[in-house]
Amino acid sequence: MQQAIALPASRSGRRNSRLGDPIFAGLARGSGILVLLLLGSLILSLFIGGLPAFRRFGFNFLFSTEWDPVHQVFGAAVSVYGTLITSVLALVFAVPLAFGIAFYLTELAPSWLRRPVGTAIELLAAIPSIIYGMWGFFVIVPIMSQYIEPTLINLFDGIPVLQDLFAGPPFGTGIFTAAMILAVMVLPFIAATMRDVFNTVPPVFKESAYGVGCTTWEVMRSIVLPYTRVSVVGGIMLGLGRALGETMAVTFVIGNADRISPNLFSSSNTIASIVALEFPESPTGSLKLASLLALGFILFVISFIVLAISRMLLRPKLKA
Amino acid sequence: MSASTTAAGAHPGPARDQGVARALGRRRLRSNRIIEALCIVATVLGLLLLASILVTLIWRGAAGLSLTVFTNNTKPPGSHGGLLNAIVGTLIQTGIGTLIGTPIGLMVGTYLAEYGHRSWLADTVRFVSDVLLSAPSILIGLFVYELVVDPFGGFSGIAGSLALAVLVIPIVVRTTEDMLQLIPSELREAAVALGAPKWTVIVRICYRAAKDGILTGILLAVARIAGETAPLLFTSLGNLNWSISLSQPMASLPVTIYQYAGSAFNDWVQLAWVGALLITVGVLALNIAARLVLRARS
Repeated sequence: MQQAIALPASRSGRRNSRLGDPIFAGLARGSGILVLLLLGSLILSLFIGGLPAFRRFGFNFLFSTEWDPVHQVFGAAVSVYGTLITSVLALVFAVPLAFGIAFYLTELAPSWLRRPVGTAIELLAAIPSIIYGMWGFFVIVPIMSQYIEPTLINLFDGIPVLQDLFAGPPFGTGIFTAAMILAVMVLPFIAATMRDVFNTVPPVFKESAYGVGCTTWEVMRSIVLPYTRVSVVGGIMLGLGRALGETMAVTFVIGNADRISPNLFSSSNTIASIVALEFPESPTGSLKLASLLALGFILFVISFIVLAISRMLLRPKLKA
Repeated sequence: MSASTTAAGAHPGPARDQGVARALGRRRLRSNRIIEALCIVATVLGLLLLASILVTLIWRGAAGLSLTVFTNNTKPPGSHGGLLNAIVGTLIQTGIGTLIGTPIGLMVGTYLAEYGHRSWLADTVRFVSDVLLSAPSILIGLFVYELVVDPFGGFSGIAGSLALAVLVIPIVVRTTEDMLQLIPSELREAAVALGAPKWTVIVRICYRAAKDGILTGILLAVARIAGETAPLLFTSLGNLNWSISLSQPMASLPVTIYQYAGSAFNDWVQLAWVGALLITVGVLALNIAARLVLRARS
C-alpha cells in the first residue's frame, strides 16, 4: 500500500481524478439540463413559429372550422376534433382488448406461454407506424369498404342517432378506420402497462381471495382491479398520449377532408395528418406554415397534459 | 374490500338452500368461463393482428424482392429502380442519430441514477425525459425544421440525424437509469473503499456491470428511429438521387415508402412493399436481439 502511494505516477493520477470528478459530474448534470432545454426550446419554437397565426386569428383560431389556403383563412377546430375523436374512439376499441390480453397474461395463461405471447404483443409496438399505414390502407380499408361499413350502415339505418353516426358512402377511409388502426397501435402499450401493474398486486391478496372461493374473474374484479385502478387509468392515458400524436398510420387512412361531420365513416383530418400532408405545400414564412406550427403547438399542449397525467398516475406503482 | 362483501353476500344463500347455492355457484362459474373465453379471444385477436401484418408484408414484399433492390437507386416509374440510396440514407441517418443521442442519453441516465437521485432538478429531468419519450415524433420534426432547416438553408441529412437523435435520448435515459439502479451499492462502496474517485467507479464499475442493459436500450433506440417517418419529412425530406452528403436532402427508407405507397405506379407500390418488409424485418430483429441480450444476463 505504502509503495503504491509512493509511486510518482499516482500523484498525477490523483490530480487527474480530482479534476475528473467535477468534470464528469458537470457533464452529467449538464446533459440533464440539456434535456430540459430541449423540451423548453421545442415548446418555444412551436409557439414562436405559430405566433403569426395566433396573432392573425386570435382565439378564433381554436374554434374556426375554416381551412382555406386560397383565402388565407385557417382554423384548428376540424383537426383538433379529428385528433380527439380518433384517439378516444381508438381507446374504446383498444382498452377492452388490452384488458383481456393483460388478464390472460397474468392470470389465465400457462406459465410457459406467458413470455412468448407477451413478447409477441410487445413486438406489435415495435412495428413502425408507416407499416401500420400501409397495412391499413391496403388491407383494412378494402375490408371496411366492402364488408364492415355497408353492414353497419344497413344495420343502423332508421335508428335515430346511430344512422347519423354510421352513414354512407362506405369509402373505407375516414375517422372509424383511422381509429381502428390507432387502436391496434396503442393496444400493446396499454396491454403491457396493465400486465405490469397487475403483476404488482401482492400474491397474498389474491391467494386469500382464492382461498374463500372466488373465481378468477372475481379475483380480478374485486382484488386486482381495485388495487391497480389508478395505474390502469395511467396506462390508458399513456395509450391516449400515443394515439394523439400518431402521424403516418393516420395520414394513410383518414382521407384528408376539412370538415366536421357526426358521421364516423366520413373523411377528416387530425393535427398530425394535416401537418404531414400540407407541409410540403407551405412555403417558408407563409401564414399557412405558421398555422401548421400553431397546430403543432396545440397538439403539444394536449399531449403534454395527457402524458403528464399518465405519468403521475403510473409512476408511484411501477417504481415503488 | 368488495371481495369480502361478495363472499359474505354469497354465504347466507348456501346455508339456507342447497338449490339456490348450486344455482349461484353455477352462475358464478359460468360468468367466469365466459370472461375467460373473451380474454382468450382478445389475446388470439392481438396475435392475429401481428400475424396479419407480417403475412401481408412477406406476401407482398417478397414478390418484389430481387438483387436490383439493393444495387439500384430509386428511379422514375417503369425503369427498374431499387432502394439503394434509401437504404444507405437510413443507415447513415440512424447511425449518426444514435451516435449523437446515445452519449447524451447515457450521461443524463448517469446523472439521474448516480448524482441527482431524488433532487428537484433530477425529478424535473426525469419527468421531461418521460414526456419526450412519448411526445409525438412529428413535433420533433417541426422543431428541428424551425431550429436547423429554416435558419441554415434547407433540408439536409444532418437535420434528419438530429431529429432522430432527439428521439434516441429519452430511450437511452430510461434504460440507463433503470440499469444503473439495479447495481448493488456494495459494488460501488467496495470501489470507493479502494480509493477510486466517483467518476472512475461509475465508468469502470457501474457501466461495466450495466453493460448489457445499456446495450439493450441502445438497440431499442436504433429500432425505434430506423422506422421513423414523420420527423424526417421536414428535416431530411427525402432524395430520389444518390447522395450521401449530409448537407443535402437525404433519402431514407420510411420516407421513400411513404412517397411510393401513395403513388399510382404499380412498380413503385411494389418497391414500397419491399421497403416495408426490409424495415420491419430489421426493426423486429433489433428488438428480438435487444431482448436476447437482456435475457442472457438474467
